[in-house]
Formats: sequence, C-alpha cells, structure tokens
Amino acid sequence: MSDPLGLLTWTTFGAVAAMTLGGGVLTVTLRNLFHAVLGLVVSLLGVAGVFLMLASEFVAVIHVLIYVGAIVTLFLFVIMLTHRIDSAEEPQTSRQWFAALILGAGFFAMAVSALLRAPWAVASPPVEAASVETLGREMLTTHVLAFEAVSLLLIVALVGAVTLARREETRP
Amino acid sequence: MIPLAAYLVLSAALLAIGVWGALTRRSALGILMAIELILNAANINLIAFARHVRGVDATGGPMFALFVMAIAAGAAAVGLSIVICIYRNHRTVDVDRINLMKW
Repeated sequence: MSDPLGLLTWTTFGAVAAMTLGGGVLTVTLRNLFHAVLGLVVSLLGVAGVFLMLASEFVAVIHVLIYVGAIVTLFLFVIMLTHRIDSAEEPQTSRQWFAALILGAGFFAMAVSALLRAPWAVASPPVEAASVETLGREMLTTHVLAFEAVSLLLIVALVGAVTLARREETRP
Repeated sequence: MIPLAAYLVLSAALLAIGVWGALTRRSALGILMAIELILNAANINLIAFARHVRGVDATGGPMFALFVMAIAAGAAAVGLSIVICIYRNHRTVDVDRINLMKW
C-alpha cells in the first residue's frame, strides 16, 4: 500500500475493526453489565462503520437506529429492572470461561482457514451498491411477502413481550 | 480497496467473540448481548458478499440484513421480557441457578 488513499482506507478499516472487536471483547468480559452495554454500543457503532465502508449507508443508518436506538435502550431498562446495583461485585463469568475461550479461538481458526481457502468469485471493481430507491422498490415488490411476514412477526413479538412482562394481577 | 477476505476475517472474529460470550456469561442478559454480536457478524458477511462477489444481486444482501435486524429486534423484545418474567419468579437471572426445567 504505497498510495495515500489506500493507506487512508486501511487506517479507517483498522479503526472500525478495532472498535467492533474491542467493543465485543468488552461486552463479553466486563463484570458490570452497564459497562458491558456500553461496550456493545461501541461494537455496534463499529459495525455501522463497516457498513459505511461497504457503501451501504442506508443499512448503516437503519442499523444505528434499530440497535443503538432501540435494542440497547431495551437492554438498559431490563438491566435496571433486574439487577441490583450492588450485584456488580458478583462474578459474571462462569467457571468454564477458559474452555469457552479455547473453543471460540478454535472456531475462529477453523472458520478463517475455510473462508480464506474458498474460491470466491471476487468482483473487481466491486459491485455497485444498491441505492435506497432500489432497496425500497425491491422490498415492496420482490420481497413483499417477507415484508408482510416480518410485520406480522413483529406484532406477535410485541404482543407476546407485553403479555410476558406484564405483572399478573388476577392471580387466585 | 479493502479485499473481501478482510471483512470475512473481521466477521469471523466477531462471531467467535459472540460464541465465547454466549458460553461464558452467567447473566441471561449477557448471553442475549453476545447473541446480538453473532447476528451482527452475519450481517457484515451479507453486506460484504453483496458488494464483493461477482454475479450476485446487489439488493439481496442488504435486504437480507434489514430483515435480520427486524427479527433481531423482535427476538430481543421477547427475550428481554422472558428475562423480566424469570426475574420476577426467581429473583435471579443467573442461568446457572435457573433449573426449573432440568429435573
């Protein structure tokens, strides 16, 4: 990489990858669950950066809206509802953490060796990323059945979530 | 120009971190967070393939990723309300101590 643009691209990719993986490690290892959620936010923003580098700005924006805006807020509320503040001192990882680390590392090595050996039909230059207009058109024509199914699933999930989380008042 | 392999390695690393977290966390909430990491790793792969593999439909990958996000939101809502329900009945979300269906 001798040209300055390529170096800049790689630097950006390195920063974004470091955010993603570092945030992920913090999510998994931090003892206090509040701090773990903050690590999750860093990781999710890194993933949004990866989407931007892949020229999918619409997916990146939706990702930030759904994950950082909705899911992380939900996690924070549930942590506040279910964890006492003084429970931060309790051990948060199980005794098998080292075995799980070995398993994860082995899985990573296996996946990388398989992925790097696979004969991908790499496009060069890269495929033109789909515009928002194309995505919207496709979503309401080709994928309209999946779209409707997802809306039904979200309704069922929300009703189920409300039913489960509601305090039962009419218990005999 | 970042090659496809870099994205694949990044997503495999994120997936491995998620698997590690799902296996080690005691709190059910920590396990749900690790599962979110795993879903994100899958999304990175989908977008990277849509952009870097010859002959694919460029809208398919982003579309699949958007549906994955919608379903992840639904899964998080249901999973977290199950956690609240378990906490109300057991006063803990430690998965080592939730053994209602074990015996």
